[in-house]
Amino acid sequence: MRSHAKRLPSRPVILLLQLGVLIAFFLIWHVLTDTKILSPFFFGTPGAVLERTWKDFASGVIWYHLGITLLETALAFAIGTVAGIAFGFWFARAPLVSIVFDPYIKAVNALPRVVLAPIFALWLGLGIWSKVALGVTLVFFIVFFNVYQGVKEVSPVVLANARMLGANSRHLFRHVYLPSALSWVFSSLHTAVGFAMVGAVVGEYLGSAAGLGYRIHQAEGVFDTVGVFSGMLVLTIFVVLIDAAVTVIEKRLLHWRPQDQHSGQH
Amino acid sequence: MAEAAAPAPALQLEGVTCTFPSPDGRGRSYTAVQGASFTVADGEFVSIVGPTGSGKSTMLNVAAGLLKPSEGRALSFGQPVTGINPKAGYMFQAEALMPWKSALDNVAAGLEFRGVARAQARERARPWLSRVGLEGFGDRFPHQLSGGMRKRVALAQTLIVDPKIILMDEPFSALDVQTRQMMENELLDLWAADRKSVVFITHDLEEAIAMSDRVLVLSAGPGSRLIGEYRIDLDRPRDVADIRMTPQFLALHREIWGQLRDEVLKGYAQTKLR
Repeated sequence: MRSHAKRLPSRPVILLLQLGVLIAFFLIWHVLTDTKILSPFFFGTPGAVLERTWKDFASGVIWYHLGITLLETALAFAIGTVAGIAFGFWFARAPLVSIVFDPYIKAVNALPRVVLAPIFALWLGLGIWSKVALGVTLVFFIVFFNVYQGVKEVSPVVLANARMLGANSRHLFRHVYLPSALSWVFSSLHTAVGFAMVGAVVGEYLGSAAGLGYRIHQAEGVFDTVGVFSGMLVLTIFVVLIDAAVTVIEKRLLHWRPQDQHSGQH
Repeated sequence: MAEAAAPAPALQLEGVTCTFPSPDGRGRSYTAVQGASFTVADGEFVSIVGPTGSGKSTMLNVAAGLLKPSEGRALSFGQPVTGINPKAGYMFQAEALMPWKSALDNVAAGLEFRGVARAQARERARPWLSRVGLEGFGDRFPHQLSGGMRKRVALAQTLIVDPKIILMDEPFSALDVQTRQMMENELLDLWAADRKSVVFITHDLEEAIAMSDRVLVLSAGPGSRLIGEYRIDLDRPRDVADIRMTPQFLALHREIWGQLRDEVLKGYAQTKLR
């Protein structure tokens, strides 16, 4: 299979190398700030950032903010996905609707969603719902386009075969259209979860009283670079963990599919 | 077999013509089949041979009710075919299994669509997997099976709902010769067990003669017509590999090929022009 590819080292070796990159990054950062080539005021120091992060977790303050961001992410993801699936199906099955709305969908999708954040804050207040709304506008389009594609891409032969086997339109939805569309949705799961998170954090950043984005914004307001980097570190760890969880879910749900098939939009 | 006074044929096409608009929306429309009429008796195995692009699949789609003919009509057991023909099973040339269902669930699908509970449908699908030689492969997904195995699943999937007439569109054309002959023999065995009607489309004349009671020859497209009909009175049961060596087979082959060859050449010239 991979006779042409160079042989890669074993998994533990790769993990070790990856860890090496991380340590090297912190080491260079440390040396540069320690020797004052980079000012610790502007760039923080890795020691201080790690210490701050540790303290935040130890004292428990960060958990509350993490919880808020997680809740917003989950809600944005759930609402955006359900709406995306519903509208994706509707548009794919009603050609007239999809043609009429096509330019508007494209126009709204082209709009940078950040500009909507103040509007949502105005409409929905500074609580979690303005952030959820922002996340939804991001997630919705990813899921929408993928479901649309998934329904359109159903093999006509598979469809004809199911009909010959006696499937009515309800069966076709459940046994043919839905699995096909879901395979596209799941292949865009990583992107969708990531965008739900972006919506939450950006929303918090622009105006809120809780969440990781709020923490980073607060730190920036008082030129607390260590606080900013610490917030970014927590955010990164959080994203990596969520992404790993998505990978597990994806593997479980898409085990029927050969590896490395289409990888969805975006 | 005792036959009723005037049994309605399993399939009857009456002057079926299928015209498609040209793909670019302008210019001439394309006539795939022109005035096709034939019948398939109950329990009969009929093959239709013809050069590439002669509208073989089009006729099958009309019989299945997947395609409405521009002119003429199809009847199945005396009933005009409007919408999906409920008495027909269809085995497609291309991959038609649901890739998100395991082999067992694919076979059980037809029963589920007919209202059988899922657990019971799976229970009834199991013996069918064994009948097509796939015992123990029920949990595999289509992409984990070989081309031949997928065709077996498709065969079980078609047969489990007990269709009265089976429409087969070059079902084995993608298989290698050995697998193909094995599948042909298995199909003949399954067919001999309960004698359903079969319409078998192929471009392989040897396959057609080896399996059928009757062979219909279609002219080159566009506007294909039925131009020949041959009764194949070879003894059954047959082995598709052995029967090819018999003098009767060779005589039939020579006779039909004499007519088919001209059409194949015409069809070939057509594809070169296109």
